[in-house]
Order: sequence, then structure tokens, then C-alpha cells
Amino acid sequence: MFRNQYDQDNTTWSPQGRIFQIEYAMEAVKQGSAAVGLKSHEYAVLATLKRAPSELSSYQRKVFKIDDHMGIAISGLTADGRILCRYMRNECLNHRYVYESPMPLGRLVRQVADKAQMGTHYSHKRPYGVGLIVAGVDESGPHVFYNCPSGNYYDYKAFAMGARSQAAKTYMERQFETFADASLDDLVKHALQALQASLADGELTDKNCSVAVVGKGMPFTLLEDESLAPYIAAVKEEEPAVAEAAPAQGEAAMEAEGGAAAGEGEQQQGDGGDGDAGGQAPMEQ
Amino acid sequence: MQPRPQSHSAALGPGCTGPSLANPTPLAFDQQRQVAQAPSCGAEAFAVDPAALANGQPRKHTTYPYVTGTSVLGITYKDGVLLASDTLGAYGSTKRYKSFDRLRKVNESCIVGAGGELSDFQYIMRLLEELSDDDFCMDDGHTLKPAEVHSYLCRVLYNRRNKMDPLWNSLVVGGFHAGKPFLGTVGMQGTNYTDAHVATGFGNHLARPLMREHHRPDMSEDEATALLHQCLKVCYYRDKNSINKFTIAKVSAEGVTISEPFALETEWRYKLFENPAANAAGAW
Repeated sequence: MFRNQYDQDNTTWSPQGRIFQIEYAMEAVKQGSAAVGLKSHEYAVLATLKRAPSELSSYQRKVFKIDDHMGIAISGLTADGRILCRYMRNECLNHRYVYESPMPLGRLVRQVADKAQMGTHYSHKRPYGVGLIVAGVDESGPHVFYNCPSGNYYDYKAFAMGARSQAAKTYMERQFETFADASLDDLVKHALQALQASLADGELTDKNCSVAVVGKGMPFTLLEDESLAPYIAAVKEEEPAVAEAAPAQGEAAMEAEGGAAAGEGEQQQGDGGDGDAGGQAPMEQ
Repeated sequence: MQPRPQSHSAALGPGCTGPSLANPTPLAFDQQRQVAQAPSCGAEAFAVDPAALANGQPRKHTTYPYVTGTSVLGITYKDGVLLASDTLGAYGSTKRYKSFDRLRKVNESCIVGAGGELSDFQYIMRLLEELSDDDFCMDDGHTLKPAEVHSYLCRVLYNRRNKMDPLWNSLVVGGFHAGKPFLGTVGMQGTNYTDAHVATGFGNHLARPLMREHHRPDMSEDEATALLHQCLKVCYYRDKNSINKFTIAKVSAEGVTISEPFALETEWRYKLFENPAANAAGAW
């Protein structure tokens, strides 16, 4: 969207009935790296691509546990995300203290949405610049919600947000009917495959993505590094056809990584069946 | 704009708020509020509501109960829970209010009975009604479960006790949820427990022994009602602050029913009662 004379502050409507500052806040979510959430009858899964500000730094954390039965993935301004995470954790703790039972997801999501709406209402405040995918389980089953900086919230079967998330959404739109009865492993693989669609270049590794699962009998569990490696390997195993079909793209990615890596990648391509063109990072470690 | 909540006073402190209070009131609304200490977790400050102190009235604490109810009895049976009590609001020794419902419905799966200061019970019912109304307005299928009502009341009563301003009640919470009966009790200090049969006040001494002897978890409703009638009778005979007018409340899978008041057969025609002044001068 373009700059215009109605986008100066939070309290100016455009003649078309839009408040541009809120929409710009929603743009901030698109600047963050991709995150997806999806659910089956028993489990809800979050998967995110992590970015590192530089080669020297660690990857930015995007998945946060709120309570044993729910967690969030954020995309956008991380600092805003941390504040909302802290608010949600506090609300869940209070609920557990008063009622000795886990907080129903829909209510917490509504409260966060009301809190976000307050940022859109006053000239002395600004909207939160972060989108939240809230995944959890309560009495009425698993849920995936999306909290928008505008103060809206939506209940989803599957959702993706962040940079290049449209590709992930397209993948999920094709596959979502199989999610309801999928096993946990299949659900995680779907999440990773959706995430892969949002990757600009490079490959999914256990370092640059994180996954979290929560289910009726399963508390919120974060899968990262070693615990994620088998799922990444499984996703790669399923894609030799895709990899062979686009070797040019694969090699271009390899060259970006460096000569030695490219050499080893080509060797493994020759092996076949062991992994696709991009399998260099997990194998080496 | 957030509506200012009415009965969930901020003076109740942490852990005693309903869902509507979880949204912080915007600061623009509340200019005169001195927030001495705001928790770094981002929650609301746990300050006594200055508005409650501002209008010059001294802050009064409950030091003594005035209009009181006596025992409440509760037992679980095969398909649910029965609560029983009389309908008296006593003013000291005077049997002043003879039609006071001390058993009230919270929602389709939960009932609460109270002894002790009845105005405090009415306040507690107002809190519970606000929570139930919030659930209704939320319209998401979640309603307060009996265990949640019990836990909430524990926190409210304990919190008030900590402020040296107790809600002078002994409460019984009975409910039926997910196919299982629930029965718990909360005292004015916040002491709480759950059990297969509970009683408050005199009922603890008069009725519990009968319950211990006759109660089984797989009792039928008729057996449970008969046991309660027996206990109510003993309580009426032996507790001076009671009347022969009782109600029984039932929670089961079908929901809540609170009976119309009824009386029990009692026997007073004992020879020694017939001429009460016979030994007035003394036996020696």
C-alpha cells in the first residue's frame, strides 16, 4: 500500500473507512519470518522459521510456552510479542490459581484481542506490531487461533503468517482435509512441509526451525535441535522427486552456502535415497 | 471502553477476580488512581481500591454475624449430589426469617449452600451470578465446573480472611460434572476439602456420625433422601437455631432441582415434656 494523507495516526479514518496505521501494523507481521499452526482432532502443532540477525548470533526465538496446555508462535516485533506472552502467562497462572483448572483458550485469546484493540483506539498508543498463532488444547479439543494487531482474532483449522506465508497457506489449503485424522508425526511433517514452502533459499535444518506440539494427553512440548532432527530427516526423505526435479535451484542454493558444502551435497545426491540435494547440514553434524 | 465492574471490588485482591476484571481498565479512565506498586509481570496493581476509601466512610470489617443460618448437609449418591438445609435466618435467638433459601443454584451443574452470616452469602451469590453471567455472555460452551466454583470460593474466602474482613460463612458446594459427583466445603477462614459427605456447623457433630454409618457411594436417590431426612430430624431436635422447614437440592445429570419447603414428622409428646414446670422448684 502507498503513503497517503490519512495514515499519520491511529485516530484518523480514511474516506473509505480504513485506519491505515492499523493496517501498517499488520504489515509488520509480514516482515517477520514464517510461522504456521495446524491441528488435528487430538493435537495442535506450531512450526516456525527462525532467523538469525547475523552469523555470529543465535536464532531469534519465536515459539513460547504459555501454560501446559497452550503456547504461541509470534511474527513481527519480537518485543511486543514478549509483552503479550508475559500477559498471557500471567492470565493463565491466575486462572489456575483461582479455579484450579487450565484456562479455556478462546477466552484468553479474546482477552488478548481486547488488549490489542486498546492499542488501536487512542492517539497516545500504538497497535501491537506482532501476530500471534495460539495453539492449545482445552475441554473442547485442540484449537489454533490467530491474534491480529488490529484486535481481531480468528479460529483456524490451519494458518500461516509472516514472510512468504502465502506459499505455506497454499500448501495447507490443498492438504488441510487430511489434517483432522492425521497422526502426530504426519501433522508435524505437514507443518514442516508448509514451512518449507515459505523458505526463500536454503533448507530446513534443525537449527533454523522450531516446532511445538500440544495434545489432549500431551503437554506443550517444544521440539528443537536434536528432537527435531528426525522430523526434518523424514520430510527430506519424502522429497527426492521434488529435489531431482529442481536440481538447478538446489545447486544454486548450494553455491550460496560455499564450495565445500556444494561438493558434499552433490556427492549425496549421487547416493540417492539417502536424502535430497539439500541434506548437507544435518548429515554433517 | 471497559465497564467499571461493580461487585468484584479491586479490594478483593489477587486471584479473586472474574473474567471481566482480567481486562485492565485503561489508565485514561482512572486518573486519580495512585498505583503504588505495579507488578512487573504486567498485571493489575494489587492496591485497595482508593475509591472505596475516598468517600469518608470508615472501612468496616465483619466482626460478628447478625442474621445467621445453621447447618447445611451434603451427600453424594450414585447419580449425583443432595444438599439439605432448613430455611431459617436467625437473628441471635430469634427465629426471624423463616423462608430464607440457603441452598442456591449456581448453574446447571452446581449448587451452593451456606450457613453463617446470610448477607455475606447473598454477596457470595452475587459474585457467583456475575461469573455465571459472564459465562453466558461469552457463549462459548464453557461453564463453571463445580470444582472450579469450589476453588474460586476457597480463594475468595481465604483472601478476605487475610484482610481480617471475613465473609462469615460455611459453604457447601455440590455438583455433577463429567459423570462424577462433586462435594466440597469451604469455611470462613478458607479451610476447604472435598468428601463423599459434608456438613457445616452443628451438622458436623449431629449429622456426620449418621452419614458415616449409613452412607455408601452407590446409594440410590431414595436411600440418600431418607438418610438426609434422618439427619435433618436430628439437627432439628438438637439445634436450637433451627425450624421444621427444610429444602433439599439435587444435582444430577439432568440438572438442578431445589425442592419446595417441607416439614418432617417429629415427636414431642414425651411425658417429661408434658408438664414442663413440674420440677421447677428443684428436685431437692
